[in-house]
Amino acid sequence: MTGDDTKHLPLEDLHMTAGARFGAFAGWSMPLTYPAGVMKEHLHSREHAGLFDISHMKLFEISGPGAAALLNRACPFDAGALEVSQSKYTFFLNEAAGILDDLIVTRLGAERFMMVANAGNAAADEKHLRALAKNFDAEGDFDVKVDALDRVFLAIQGPEAWAALSRAGIETGSLVFMHGIEPRENWFMSRSGYTGEDGFEIGLTEADARNLVARLLEDERVMWVGLAARDSLRLEAGLCLHGLDITPEIDPASAGLMWAIPKEVRASGAFIGADALRAILERGPAQKRVGLKPEGRQPVRAGAALFDADSNPAGHVTSGGFGPSAGHPVAMGYVQTPLAKSGAKLFADVRGTKIPVDIHLLPFTPHRYRKG
Amino acid sequence: MAKTYFTEDHEWLRVEGGIATVGITDYAQQQLGDLVFVELPEPGKKLAKGDTAVVVESVKAASDVYAPVDGEITEANTALSSDPSLVNSAATGDGWLWKMKLADESQLDGLLDEAAYKAHIG
Repeated sequence: MTGDDTKHLPLEDLHMTAGARFGAFAGWSMPLTYPAGVMKEHLHSREHAGLFDISHMKLFEISGPGAAALLNRACPFDAGALEVSQSKYTFFLNEAAGILDDLIVTRLGAERFMMVANAGNAAADEKHLRALAKNFDAEGDFDVKVDALDRVFLAIQGPEAWAALSRAGIETGSLVFMHGIEPRENWFMSRSGYTGEDGFEIGLTEADARNLVARLLEDERVMWVGLAARDSLRLEAGLCLHGLDITPEIDPASAGLMWAIPKEVRASGAFIGADALRAILERGPAQKRVGLKPEGRQPVRAGAALFDADSNPAGHVTSGGFGPSAGHPVAMGYVQTPLAKSGAKLFADVRGTKIPVDIHLLPFTPHRYRKG
Repeated sequence: MAKTYFTEDHEWLRVEGGIATVGITDYAQQQLGDLVFVELPEPGKKLAKGDTAVVVESVKAASDVYAPVDGEITEANTALSSDPSLVNSAATGDGWLWKMKLADESQLDGLLDEAAYKAHIG
């Protein structure tokens, strides 16, 4: 995407000064790599602390007496069961139980929630949520407000992220994985991320962000990391990218994401897509998301067709590349359910050559979250 | 004596005795980023100008490298099979991609010299 519609990060000047190479993603001009390069940026995030500008993602605050009820309608989870500061990975589903977006919702207070949405879906998400809220209002006593927040959003990821934040004056001690708080006015900080490492995501005003970035970059443990390494990190961690690994045509059962939907909610939930999802669960998904480990060094990328040993179509690759920490190519994709067993042998068609791939347990690199 | 030519697609050719050694420029390797795999051609393969000769794969993407002139592959840089990062660290040296016997040396006249290439990348 080019032209006047391209959106620019509020901190773009800092990325330029840092020597970033930019590329288009979801309508935004994003730093893809810095002079260190994707390999070093990736490994640095696993060993020390990577700083990511993820301001293309959108924060929504949902508040009011009807907030939990609205979320329970929009998402297959129980918002009211969240404790204050608890976060939950969830989705917007369509009526066919296809995934419109994947989201993280954090309870901020009795009637206040924070939702983090993907860049490419943010506008549609907001529209969807406002339309639902309007219906709720029409039905009577569900007063709910949806605010799209104007924030810079930073992620700091890696085993030394907490220590770097601490040196920058931000204590994270009591915050554990998948929890979020408002440590200062107009700040939202959660212990979460998209790398498989311990880390934090911080939404804050541009002025505060410039201060924080300056303090963090004084610390040699911290370096800017671009979108290219963000992608290789999340792929090694087995985390889905919406638009590739999960789409409005894919349901949570096929995607292997049913862990995000509590059992009671599956059975009785009145969320959008509930009936379709129950039907899918009853008959079993026809295909399943799996990790794929290509043999040798050649990456197998999104779109590659998969075949079984007898050359019958077996599925397709949705994400693929090289895993700098794994030290070999890594991929994810969908295969017919009977084939979705760890160790099964398949073949990927890469420019006419059949590359052997093993179905591999996800993640490729172990998660190292700080759970308490 | 060897003479070096460049293409607008960011390749270099060093020509000596009717054989061209071909690689990508330092500018190109910077744009591609860290390479993790190079798909090399088989010696004996005949290529026309514009055919895909090699595929270089970075962490993020695969990119074609085209034959800059007509000819026949005489050798591929097999050192890249075990160390594709040679293309990043020594694009115009040990990171060469392939050698080819030129079918028509007059095609070289259409290529850029170093000064013209530098002007091209700005």
